[in-house]
Amino acid sequence: MPDVNFIVDGKQLTAPAGTLLIDACKAAGIEIPAFCYYPGLSLQAACRMCVVRIEKMPKLQTACTTPVAEGMVVQTETPEIAQARKATIQLLLGNHPLDCPVCDAGGECELQDMTFKYGAAESFYTEPKNHREEQKWSPAVYFDRPRCILCYRCVRMCGEGMDVFALGIQNRGSSAVIAPNIPASESPTGMQQLDCEECGMCIDACPVGALTSDSYRYKTRPWEMNHVGTVCTHCGDGCKTTLGVRRSADGMEIVRGDNRDRSGINNDFLCAKGRFAFDFANHEERLTQPLVRQADGKLKPVSWEEALTVVGKKFKEVRDSRGGHGLGVIGSNRITNEEAYLLQKFARSVLGTANIDHHRTADYTTFARALNGTSGKTASQRDTATAKAVLLIGGDPTNQNPLTAWNLRTDVRLNKARIYVANHAPIKLRRQAKAFLQVTDLGYGSLAAYLGGDDAAAQAAAVDVNALAAFRDAVKGEENLLVLIGNELRGTDLEKLVQFALSLPNAKVALLSDYVNSRGAADMGLLPDLLPGYTPWMQPKEFATEYGDHFPAAKGLDLLQQFDAAASGELGALYVVGANPVARYSIDPATLKNTFLVVQDMYLTETAVLADVVLPAANLYEKSGSVTNSYGDLQLVRKAADKAGVRSDFEIIVRIADKMDHKVQSLVPFGNGLRADFGQTRGAQSGEADRHAVWLAANNMEPKLSPFDPFAILDEIHRLVPGYGSLLRLQLLSGNDQHVEPVVNKNELVQIDGDTNRRDLVLPANDTLFTSGTLGRYSEKLTQLHGKYSQEATPTAAD
Amino acid sequence: MSAVTNTIFSPELAARFDKLVTLYPVKRSALIPMLLYAQDEVGYVSDAVVHEIAQRLDLFELDVRNVLSYYSMLRTKPAGKYNVQVCTNISCMLRGGYEILDHCKAKLGIGHKEVTADKLFSLEEVECIGACCWAPAMQVNYDFHEDLTPAKVDQILDDYAAGRGKDVK
Repeated sequence: MPDVNFIVDGKQLTAPAGTLLIDACKAAGIEIPAFCYYPGLSLQAACRMCVVRIEKMPKLQTACTTPVAEGMVVQTETPEIAQARKATIQLLLGNHPLDCPVCDAGGECELQDMTFKYGAAESFYTEPKNHREEQKWSPAVYFDRPRCILCYRCVRMCGEGMDVFALGIQNRGSSAVIAPNIPASESPTGMQQLDCEECGMCIDACPVGALTSDSYRYKTRPWEMNHVGTVCTHCGDGCKTTLGVRRSADGMEIVRGDNRDRSGINNDFLCAKGRFAFDFANHEERLTQPLVRQADGKLKPVSWEEALTVVGKKFKEVRDSRGGHGLGVIGSNRITNEEAYLLQKFARSVLGTANIDHHRTADYTTFARALNGTSGKTASQRDTATAKAVLLIGGDPTNQNPLTAWNLRTDVRLNKARIYVANHAPIKLRRQAKAFLQVTDLGYGSLAAYLGGDDAAAQAAAVDVNALAAFRDAVKGEENLLVLIGNELRGTDLEKLVQFALSLPNAKVALLSDYVNSRGAADMGLLPDLLPGYTPWMQPKEFATEYGDHFPAAKGLDLLQQFDAAASGELGALYVVGANPVARYSIDPATLKNTFLVVQDMYLTETAVLADVVLPAANLYEKSGSVTNSYGDLQLVRKAADKAGVRSDFEIIVRIADKMDHKVQSLVPFGNGLRADFGQTRGAQSGEADRHAVWLAANNMEPKLSPFDPFAILDEIHRLVPGYGSLLRLQLLSGNDQHVEPVVNKNELVQIDGDTNRRDLVLPANDTLFTSGTLGRYSEKLTQLHGKYSQEATPTAAD
Repeated sequence: MSAVTNTIFSPELAARFDKLVTLYPVKRSALIPMLLYAQDEVGYVSDAVVHEIAQRLDLFELDVRNVLSYYSMLRTKPAGKYNVQVCTNISCMLRGGYEILDHCKAKLGIGHKEVTADKLFSLEEVECIGACCWAPAMQVNYDFHEDLTPAKVDQILDDYAAGRGKDVK
């Protein structure tokens, strides 16, 4: 669009034609107040706060609905405008209780700010205020009617943004009120209720304290918390979440999660899990002391020193007596990249075993193999919000990857994107789709073959075979296609589909997975046959020399084989970090009776109760590092909360290595001759930002003084792991996401195990909006929400 | 054959609704007439009415309720057999509309939007009913009564109570 020139408050501005005046002003640093305007949602012009004076127009105009025009001359702050806004606020305050001292929004309330600015707190109205009691609409959402200023943000957010349409406006005039979709007459409790996805976006968008969350309401004040931006620990979308934390009796507790600063990959979006499900940290069954099984068969709390000594001694004994193949390691898809890397390095270089695996929720090894030799073909999460055309095969983003679904809906709404959905179930995203193809229950492989040109596969691919040709033509006719693949597609099916995508000129692909670091766990080599970066075990390259004398020159046992080995007595010890394979894979507890089992977890899970040693671990909100989402977007994890007694998985691994008399410096490269520089505490620049330290950080040279510094391992990941060599430190440290691809070196042939009949070890978690594996069971809020919707929800995984 | 199986409406009304949805470029435009016709037949807009209308127009029930709650002539609770609507808008007010209303309140023993115990009468204070020339006026169901005096109101209400009144629908 051509640019137009206009003048605001005497400043000459330029913006593309069609830009709304309010946005153009904001971009130029001129803030126009508004309650009802919300970027990305439809225009309402309900609040009249954004009125401005535009020359040659008879009355004050709303800046939120006026597009800029050539030669426009605008005033945004004159006594006339201030008076109009003051009058507006007086009307808005007609029924408002002004209970700011107890209101959740106090201190970060847009109405409060405006009332202070325009001084309208004294009302001329003599009528009594229309008071109504606070209502509980769901386990997560409360509504305080008198505080509401009827800006319609929540109504639009729910309808347009979430495609749920659970909120509406009822009655009219001064008795108008926001209403949820279950009326009192049809609610089992006799009170109004919400039947929705419980994302809490309405609470987030509310400019005042009318909508509040059960987790946060009346708990604290915004200025009493620390706000830490980190990554949500639940699904594979990798949403950034700003956690509000405050001091508690045993550390720092999280009281709120949101992303109001729009700083991350997810803009302001969070789902129920990101927003409310941080309470697992304070679950009463949370372990805070190491447990060691005694001679009487009971687990007894002991000191860290004692527990670590037992583990170190036993691991060393098994390694030295049986060799590395007598040990097994199972990692997690919720630990950081640094921990995942360290864990596999610990296994390969300290335990000397390749028996290492994790619960795979998508087939990233095949994905990497299929992409071999290409670059720039993998999509970032950011592409889902801007792509012109999207093909979604399998998966159910609305329930399993809510940010992806949000982005796709936004893309359709704002960019008129064309979405093609092929799924065996009528998933909700079909409502935004240009075409929906119902795949037969086991037809994804046939569909992949059909898309790739094999017409014979048509019969088995779709319920309506006649719809196939048009679907394929439409997809192939797209100039820029984003192909999103659900985790139903694995092995050769996945390979065929990726090859089809690669055959299109400008297509990009992404594989969706279930947990925050499912992708990272695979990238970091928590696999029996692949080293970090999908480096095949037959050609270990520099890993063979880096990893020392114990490095196993063989492929190891996968997760199920490890349990088979345990059953036949061949596994002397099994080290499980942040996983619950006994429940997930329905392992018979008797299998492990002759195996020394060490479990690192937050709770006594089905696996942990069988353990000989249980080590209480920190969760993702209690540690630092980085994670990689489904798409390959690398993000920084920052420590927000703290819990007395627990330790990060990173620290525990390092300490076990130490107890095995391993030279820790060869495991974690710290203190390599660098001395600490404590920055500019003296002299002319004292008190300023330590520019030297910033420079060191940006150039990957900051001193790593502690063996527990995850960045020491990040250095090694940066140096050794294919695909991660391109990461930019400053990007990462500033909390920005950056895209990494599994293979960057075009000329390097990656052979992943000549055996093409790899066993399908992928077990999708099939989480819903209100479940999150074992972790979700320990979140009280998720349990409540799951209980509310479990009758109508789709069946969930065993755990 | 109605578009909705198990309709709660009479066959005539169901047929009328089937036609109504085809008359507008956008289906939901038929919402307000449907609510009014349904109210006339059922007596009020019940949850079942909301449900069927939402189904007929492909709307969420919430959308129907949003509209329903906006209009004061649509009611969600049963009215009396004879719904007495007394106008107190400016012309009627000047000519004694409030006296008529107070008289009705005293005679029927009920207030605004209330129903007598025998469910025969309900009373409503309404805005202009377009009978300013003959103010004060009131409307009983769809029948108009003009140039009212308390005595005339007594007569009218007695007629209705005795079953002699016109019941215009």
